[in-house]
Amino acid sequence: MSGAVRVRVDRDRCCGAGNCVVTAPEVFDQDDEDGLVLLRRAEPPAGTVDRVRLAVELCPAGAISVVPRPAPQHSATP
Amino acid sequence: MTVAPLTDLPLWPPTNLDRDPLVPLDAGERRRFAGPVTRVRLPTDATAWLVTRHADVKQMLRHPGFSADLTRPGFPLLRRIPPGAFGDRRGGFIRMDGAEHARLRRMLTAEFMIRNVRRIEPLIRQTVDRALDELHAAGPPADLVAHVALPVPSMVICHLLGVPYADHDFFQERSRTLIDRDAPPERVQRHVRELRDYLHRLVEARVATGERTDDLLSRLARDRVDTGELAVDELVGMAVLLLIAGHETTANMIGLSTLLLLRHPARYAALRDDPGHADGLVDELLRYLSIVRTGLPRLATEDVEIGGRLIRAGEGAIAVLSLANRDRAIFDRPDEFDPYRAAQQHVAFGFGVHQCIGQPLARAELRIALVELARRFPRLRSATTEGRLPTRDSSVVYGLDALLVTW
Ligand code: HEM
Ligand code: SF4
Repeated sequence: MSGAVRVRVDRDRCCGAGNCVVTAPEVFDQDDEDGLVLLRRAEPPAGTVDRVRLAVELCPAGAISVVPRPAPQHSATP
Repeated sequence: MTVAPLTDLPLWPPTNLDRDPLVPLDAGERRRFAGPVTRVRLPTDATAWLVTRHADVKQMLRHPGFSADLTRPGFPLLRRIPPGAFGDRRGGFIRMDGAEHARLRRMLTAEFMIRNVRRIEPLIRQTVDRALDELHAAGPPADLVAHVALPVPSMVICHLLGVPYADHDFFQERSRTLIDRDAPPERVQRHVRELRDYLHRLVEARVATGERTDDLLSRLARDRVDTGELAVDELVGMAVLLLIAGHETTANMIGLSTLLLLRHPARYAALRDDPGHADGLVDELLRYLSIVRTGLPRLATEDVEIGGRLIRAGEGAIAVLSLANRDRAIFDRPDEFDPYRAAQQHVAFGFGVHQCIGQPLARAELRIALVELARRFPRLRSATTEGRLPTRDSSVVYGLDALLVTW
């Protein structure tokens, strides 16, 4: 059971290797201008969570992180 | 001068001419080096730590406390380079750290991203087709390395950069010197200089005449040099790096992959019948063959604990990709070649901010070359009858010098 997650990317760290785009194209993209990571959706659909976690492992630059998605009633942003 | 206890340390990289070309390290060597962190002696008589576990290799290559700058005192060099003999290193970002590295790499990331590589797949396919025509015309038997493995990546990178392929003899010989650990230092220096001069002329011609064809050198001249962001000499260094990295590596992967597939005829046939599976196969080939066999050297710039060992600032460390790629903790039965395993976690392209920028291109070239080979030469087999295959034992990028095939 993979719980719902929220994804964050750090473009300052990204080195544009593109592993995330290969692994979970529904969630990650690369900027046409600079080749750095772009997030298509911060809240990946249920079926992609395992691949998003693999993308975290594969990202050479440590630019992707996932945190548990806060339950709807806590709408505060960290 | 050798300090006595040094001789007790195992020598890295090991020379072993009897090893099968498909086996990065044999059982004895693995016992000797699988520490998981082992102190070794280098050919320069310096010492370094070998880092071999998958998790440790990833940690090390991602850690900002390790430098890739080989001019720093204490850097674990595999060949002796006299002080002051590093030559002009502007633009060579593979050997830079931090912001200096990021600045140059980021000028290229968009060029090599998957979307753009997909766009040039027709060009790769055409190049492969022509090379296979040549192979067909030359044999059987014919040398697959000379007719396919070498020319395909070379023609593709020349086309992308805007370098005339007609000059390939010139730059192939020079790039080989640069990655050969046994090449004499004077020769290395001379060949670096000649390569830089050659690319300098090509870049200058674009900058001076304002000639802007649709290739990477022209684009960078227009978008970065004309705007004052990038010096001509930096662009020259980037071009040298791309030219070398862009053909030596993929060429060796095509040659060794073919040898491996010829020993697994069912896999070779599957490539033709089920080309949709080729992407997985390519990753498994990269993992299994791990052609950057001498590993990736770094210098610790702070004390860092890796694999339970404290590596101190000023000490050298080498990430052994081939052993990390056969780590049981990540890969089941790692010594088996299994195109159906999930091999994506391999580190054949390195890890950390220097991870290969050309990997989408390399993957596409390998996939197209191997699928087309299997399609057009279904009865391909090795034509080498006896003895050792000619291998590149002193090169940082391992591979075959020739592979005679028949069909
Ligand atoms: C199968 C083929 C290839 C393999 C196994 C391979 C392997 C590697 C490895 C291990 C590194 C990391 C070096 C380090 O961290 O010190 C690297 C970096 C690099 N590769 Fe590749 N490579 C391949 C193909 C290519 C191609 C086709 C290109 C052409 C564009 C290329 C361009 C580069 C560049 C420019 C770097 C330096 C990146 C940086 O420092 O940020 N490589 N490659
Ligand atoms: S895998 Fe990491 S470094 Fe590569 S593009 Fe994605 S976020 Fe950037």
